[in-house]
Amino acid sequence: MLDSVLFYFFGGVAVLSAVLMVTRRNAMHSAVFLITTLMATAGIFLQLRAEFLFIAQIILYVGGIMVLFIFVIMLVRLDVALHHVRFRMQKMVAVLVALALGFEVLAILYAARRLPGQGLFISEITPPDKLPPNSEELAKSLFSAYLLPFEIASVLLLVAMVGAVVMAKSKKGAEEQ
Amino acid sequence: MREEGTNQNATLLGADELVLNMGPQHPSTHGVLRVKLKLDGERVRGTECVIGYLHRGVEKIAEHRTYQQFAPYVDRMDYVAAVSNGLGYCEAVEKLLNAEAPPRARVIRTILTELQRIASHLVWLGTHALDIGALTPLFYCFREREEILKIFERYCGARLTTHAFRIGGLQYEAYDGFEKDVERFCKDFERRIQEYMDLLTGNSIWIGRTRNVGVLSAADCIALGASGPILRASGVKWDLRKAQPYAAYDQYQFEIPVGTNGDTYDRYLVRMEEMRQSRLICLQAIERIPDGPIMGKVGKVLKPPAGEVYHSIEAPKGILGYYLVSDGTTQPYRVRVRPPSFVNLQAFDKMVRGHLVADVVAIIGTLDIVLGEVDR
Amino acid sequence: MNPTLEALLHFLATWWVELLWGVVIVAVVPLVAGYVVLVERKLMADMQARLGPMRVGPHGLLQPIADAVELLIKEDIIPDNADQLIFWLAPVISMVAALTSMGAIAFGPTLQVARDINIGILFVAGVSSLGLLGIVLGGWASNSHYSIIGAMRSTAQLVSYETAAGLAMVSALLLSGTLSIRAIVDAQRQSGVWFVFLAPMAFFIYLVASIAETNRAPFDLPEAESELVAGYMTEYSGFRWSLYFLGEYANMIVVASVATTLFLGGWLRPFPNVTWLSWLEYAPAVLMALAGGYSIYRAGKQPVAVQTGFMWAVALACFAVAVLFAVPRFVAPLNFVLPGLNGAFWFLLKVSAYLYVFMWLRFTLPRYRFDQLMHLGWYILIPLAIVNVVAVGVAMLLENAGWNRWVGLMVTTAFTLGTALYLVHLQDKRNARASSAKTDVLPGNSYAG
Repeated sequence: MLDSVLFYFFGGVAVLSAVLMVTRRNAMHSAVFLITTLMATAGIFLQLRAEFLFIAQIILYVGGIMVLFIFVIMLVRLDVALHHVRFRMQKMVAVLVALALGFEVLAILYAARRLPGQGLFISEITPPDKLPPNSEELAKSLFSAYLLPFEIASVLLLVAMVGAVVMAKSKKGAEEQ
Repeated sequence: MREEGTNQNATLLGADELVLNMGPQHPSTHGVLRVKLKLDGERVRGTECVIGYLHRGVEKIAEHRTYQQFAPYVDRMDYVAAVSNGLGYCEAVEKLLNAEAPPRARVIRTILTELQRIASHLVWLGTHALDIGALTPLFYCFREREEILKIFERYCGARLTTHAFRIGGLQYEAYDGFEKDVERFCKDFERRIQEYMDLLTGNSIWIGRTRNVGVLSAADCIALGASGPILRASGVKWDLRKAQPYAAYDQYQFEIPVGTNGDTYDRYLVRMEEMRQSRLICLQAIERIPDGPIMGKVGKVLKPPAGEVYHSIEAPKGILGYYLVSDGTTQPYRVRVRPPSFVNLQAFDKMVRGHLVADVVAIIGTLDIVLGEVDR
Repeated sequence: MNPTLEALLHFLATWWVELLWGVVIVAVVPLVAGYVVLVERKLMADMQARLGPMRVGPHGLLQPIADAVELLIKEDIIPDNADQLIFWLAPVISMVAALTSMGAIAFGPTLQVARDINIGILFVAGVSSLGLLGIVLGGWASNSHYSIIGAMRSTAQLVSYETAAGLAMVSALLLSGTLSIRAIVDAQRQSGVWFVFLAPMAFFIYLVASIAETNRAPFDLPEAESELVAGYMTEYSGFRWSLYFLGEYANMIVVASVATTLFLGGWLRPFPNVTWLSWLEYAPAVLMALAGGYSIYRAGKQPVAVQTGFMWAVALACFAVAVLFAVPRFVAPLNFVLPGLNGAFWFLLKVSAYLYVFMWLRFTLPRYRFDQLMHLGWYILIPLAIVNVVAVGVAMLLENAGWNRWVGLMVTTAFTLGTALYLVHLQDKRNARASSAKTDVLPGNSYAG
């Protein structure tokens, strides 16, 4: 019972904030509603007993990426940006992507109708208290089975960081000379 | 206190050169000083000081007062070191009159002036440290200054604007227990200076905030006319107490501290050492205060012969000069004050170029300006 | 019975302790934060040779109440062009983040809101980092150029030092092997010493990083009053400002609690598992009795009768608390209360000591300039924290290979200390080089006109 209540709450908040996010005129308001969407999603993770994903979502997405978004919104002079030439086909691409996504969602719902009341197909259901701690499970699989993708991802992040520093620095270096 | 910024050359990312206005009301300008900073990001590219908010027309008032009536006005210029102002003025008029204060008066004047130097430097240290973020030295400095002000109050009844000296000597005899009070203060003060040094001198954050900040070379100092601890910290050993002794300074042994780099840290060290040396002067002076009259042979109505005189002393903030022109009447024709803070402030632009905005506050502090003196 | 009602009652029956505890936290923590402010003011006054608040209530004890009332009745000023929603939201985020993260902190073996979640420490660290959003949104919503700059600086500082703090936490987590708060403290109990002795470098890194995290001196440039750039809190007045302020102090308590849990043994007494030191179990009662005795001693020295009476009242209160600690030990039916009571005492004592160090540093040290602050964070603290993690990891490996735990940790701590000294030496060299090669500034008066 509690599970249902929480699920409907988190899900409702997520959907409502997502709708609000895409309909706001003010970029900062959109950012704030994106934050609430992400936190509601984190709540759903928590409900699925994936507590590490929950806190990772909060720390990384909300505490890191959203702060970055907000910085960019603050720093970029939006009135000047609006006057720059943009990609003119944006509306068409958006419509296409939305249609594709909508089709996918409908396909999933259709596939799920064969299991009424149970949602998607799950191989085996472990009772919650028998589940091993999410952090340990994640660590075990990341560092053994999925070690290579993990290392590649970290190298990618390192390259991105170094690239960002180099790009920012070279401009400043040129100015000072 | 709100700062306004005007954006020129606005770009997409909002990176532009802007003019930042600091003051006239600001906790760190030590008075009503308005500083316009031209910033490039965080770096200061140029400055302009707007002064005059405390201009009271002191020099004009002097033309309509007798010499004795004007004496209390000079205290209000550098209100942090009123006794020094009084000393310079009284000695300048005495020069005009060709009179001399008797030896006893000269010695007591020296003691009070040196105590005032310590008090002025204590105010400087407390507020400078507070600007850089050290909250505690302010209270310790004011605690010591309180003792000095108590001595002043016992001597002449006032703590801040003392009007302690008269033209020709002193009005009040040193009160009973004057030597004891001064001696007790000086004996205690060495320990206190050590306290301040312990808190700040070796502190790496303090050094990081003051080393190489606001560097002024010796040539620049001389070219700009900077004087006092600023000049001495840049390496020029020039102190009027030794170069052109006045009052009773030629009788005492003391050192002139000199710095090497001319940065804020050196100015800090120079002023700390000056406090020590002032203390030594006081201790030497109270050992032998000569007996005798405290007022020289100066009439009740002062009518100096027509002429002009320039007399300068080493005030705590620098060289304080009085240029008096007499036309033979009881009121001076012209009194022109050469305030050390006014001339030192001109070095501000040179010192602050290229520094970060956070250093501006430290540099204003290290100049040790008093707006009463700058604006008169 | 209606199944919904039944489910609701079942929920309340299972979770009523946690709910009550949550309510207590939300109600009590702002009050406690207010009194932490009073303690800070009194300590500051003591270190500055003055008395501090004395007027409102005996020895200023009602000062926080007076401040709260004053802030509540102030006019609520909202800048004209401020973004209404976000202006309202920002202080709320700050406060909520600090209070929520308190939910996972264990003040005693069983005193915890979130009944021992798996990711305890990570939860606290993660949710308290949401306070960042409160700062950056608050600065932006004020619609003042300088508030935005102040907010961005604050955020940059917080983000930089968060990395160092997190890495320092990782070192301690390596020693405990789990993220759950109770298990961490249990690990310290089993090893007989607090982790601060096993990983001292990690503790010092965390100490410095947590001072920067909470915007305290010497890292408080973004909110210093004598600086030019106004901080993010400038446009907030009255109750909104007090939310920020209390959020900051609640954050301090959170950070101190995390440090206590990870490094200082949480609710454990000194040397928790060592049996020959078990007489330390009586320490809470003894310490409170000593405090009472000291109050009586000071009572004799008070100049005014009212203050003497006040000191006697304080002494009585201390003795009452000492009795409270002593009685369950001797009255058998009340023994179950002992672990919680003693645990809470030790926990609060350690948190207070940590906060004392915070305040002490604030009153003693001047402020870092912003670039010096960032240098310290990125050039010294983060590399040092990384080296420390590797060092502790190596020590664990050595322990698995059969070395004595202490020897391994001492060796690696010495290595980390050497790295720290080397990094500071590099920084000094860089400073010396920068000062001697100071670039010439623009000649002439470029400001003319």
